[in-house]
Amino acid sequence: MRHLLDFQGWTKQEVESLLDTAKVMREVLERPIKKVPALQGFAVATVFFEPSTRTRTSFELAARRMSADVVSFAAQTSSLQKGESYKDTLLTLEAMGVDAYVIRADAAGVPHQAARWVKGVVINGGDGQRAHPTQALLDAYTLLEALGSLEGRKIAIVGDILHSRVARSNAELLPLLGAEVFCAGPPSLLPQSLPGARLTPNLEEALEGADAVMVLRLQRERMEGGLIHLEDYIARYQVTEKRLARAKPTAPLLHPGPMNRDVELAGTLADSSRSLITQQVQNGVAVRMAVLYHLLVGRER
Amino acid sequence: MILIKNVKLVDARGERGPLDVLIGGGRILSLEGGEAPLVLDGTGKLLAPGFLDLHAHLREPGEEVKEDLATGLLAAVRGGYTDLVSMPNTKPPVDTEEAVLALKEKARHLGLARLHPGAALTLGQEGKTLSPAGPLKEAGAALLTDDGRTNEDAGVLAAGLLQAAPLGLPVAVHAEDASLRRNGVMNDGPLAHRLGLPGNPPEAEAARIARDLEVLRYALRRSKARPHLHIQHLSTKRGVELVREAKRAGLPVTAEATPHHLTLTEEALRGFDPLFKVAPPLRTEEDQEALLEGLLDGTLDAIATDHAPHTLAEKEWDLLRAPFGIPSLEIAFPLLYTELHLRRGFPLPRLVELFTDGPRRVLGLAPLHLEEGAEASLVLLDPKEAPVDPSRFASKARYSPWAGWVLAGWPALTLVEGRVVHRVE
Ligand SMILES: [Zn+2]
Repeated sequence: MRHLLDFQGWTKQEVESLLDTAKVMREVLERPIKKVPALQGFAVATVFFEPSTRTRTSFELAARRMSADVVSFAAQTSSLQKGESYKDTLLTLEAMGVDAYVIRADAAGVPHQAARWVKGVVINGGDGQRAHPTQALLDAYTLLEALGSLEGRKIAIVGDILHSRVARSNAELLPLLGAEVFCAGPPSLLPQSLPGARLTPNLEEALEGADAVMVLRLQRERMEGGLIHLEDYIARYQVTEKRLARAKPTAPLLHPGPMNRDVELAGTLADSSRSLITQQVQNGVAVRMAVLYHLLVGRER
Repeated sequence: MILIKNVKLVDARGERGPLDVLIGGGRILSLEGGEAPLVLDGTGKLLAPGFLDLHAHLREPGEEVKEDLATGLLAAVRGGYTDLVSMPNTKPPVDTEEAVLALKEKARHLGLARLHPGAALTLGQEGKTLSPAGPLKEAGAALLTDDGRTNEDAGVLAAGLLQAAPLGLPVAVHAEDASLRRNGVMNDGPLAHRLGLPGNPPEAEAARIARDLEVLRYALRRSKARPHLHIQHLSTKRGVELVREAKRAGLPVTAEATPHHLTLTEEALRGFDPLFKVAPPLRTEEDQEALLEGLLDGTLDAIATDHAPHTLAEKEWDLLRAPFGIPSLEIAFPLLYTELHLRRGFPLPRLVELFTDGPRRVLGLAPLHLEEGAEASLVLLDPKEAPVDPSRFASKARYSPWAGWVLAGWPALTLVEGRVVHRVE
């Protein structure tokens, strides 16, 4: 594979090989000196047209742990409107010798556009409502750690499915690994269809017998846009202890963060032993190391 | 004097020839040949009346970086257009007598296609206060429209129809319910949901057309003159059905479709290229079939380009920020001649009618037929195939969703009242 834009065209073998590399990287991160020379001489740019400190830090740390040089470019969307285009920005970085671009944007498709413009590798760091593939990879990695295998497992994703790049990427990735994905959310936040996922407005149906539950962040804009009523959402869709009882007794809880405590997820659950939220963050660095390694070093072979 | 020898003639009434067409004094003098200093061989070519575009954004005044009258009207004649209606959503919008006169005067000086300025229905196109229809009409405005905006206030639209009716001015509407469309950038449906792009539902168009037709009924009841509602760039099956029903019920409504809605679908957005971002958005194949049916059965009166040039840098923004619009003046006819007539057997006289008499009727102009004594505003079409090459566009927007498509039917000669305004050497 040349870029990581989404999971269209990916095979199970490719995903598994990448997650195996992530396991090796996870071990690197447990050593006293958490650094390998794998990407020495490579330059990785994080190009964030939409701010996200967490994702950026995770990628930059991943690149540095493998001895890559890291450049960081943050663009205000206002400067884009003033005529400095995405293309100009990327071509400038290319002229400086960048090999890989981690691109984050509030509009779907920006990484796809970028891949048409630059010669280097493009990694989608989250684009609008479209995709967040490294998030899905770290979710899959975390689920595999907890469940052993995803074959035949039922994974419930709960919340604003329509606007969620995390849901979309997970619905593409998890079925590749054998899982069944159920997405539940209020009708105004459900898409008409989503390949790879079963959609339901019925939270209980999604949670029934689930092997794992992923809770999505609820954006304030959805209330302001008239799509939901907050109290009503909490009453009917918040993942609570009582509701989680429908899932398998050991089913772990995931959340891509940052969390609205006691909105989409009961705070007590977030802090419980079933929550894998901290592991997700830790695994994020290892998974991103694996992605960079596969795309940059794997490419030369 | 020009003699075009051995050329086939095609207009709304049908095909004839080959004949030798003698042109002089701005008229067709004879279809039986004669003597002329300029003799052109029309063998294998088609001669048609000059085209009229009801819907082109020429961006002057205010956004000449995107297009201006000179480049826009040159693009027009290269596309076979002898007449063109410019949209008034310029900066500032064309909402005064002076602005209309200035455009007409400048276009006259350029001597390319004849400009029929569209004027704003409301001051500043703000949808609140009606613009002065009488003086606008006197200055030469061909229709009133707030295109680019969506006429949220039904009462203002009703008043606009009432005001325009006795002047014989059509009121053209961009029919989309803005509150249902919201920030949609492509057709709402499974593909938009898959691509994670905000959708613009087909119901947003249908809902607005349904409302506007009721507004028209109200204006009809209130007016002694006959108000005329023209629906711009129809894109959906349901929209076509609504216009068809309204026409059957005898309502004075006309409608147009664009080259892009007739040849592209939402599938084009799969590659996330803002080149394909247009309002209303590209729809499904089913919608496209319905538009074709509407062209055939007379529900749709005209093919209008909605030529909407922007700078390439703007079109390289992302799908949320890139502006809506596709430039198409130079290739509209070859595109539809190739895709509809050659590939799908769409009858040629009807296709020509949709570029000529159809839009002329919308403006209340007499039909233009190829006969002795007729005005010599003509286009000679060459069936030779050639690829679309945007780098050679006269328009400032030198990009195209159809780049590389091999098309036939390119205008080889365009005459405005017998005057050569475009000729391929
Ligand atoms: Zn419009």
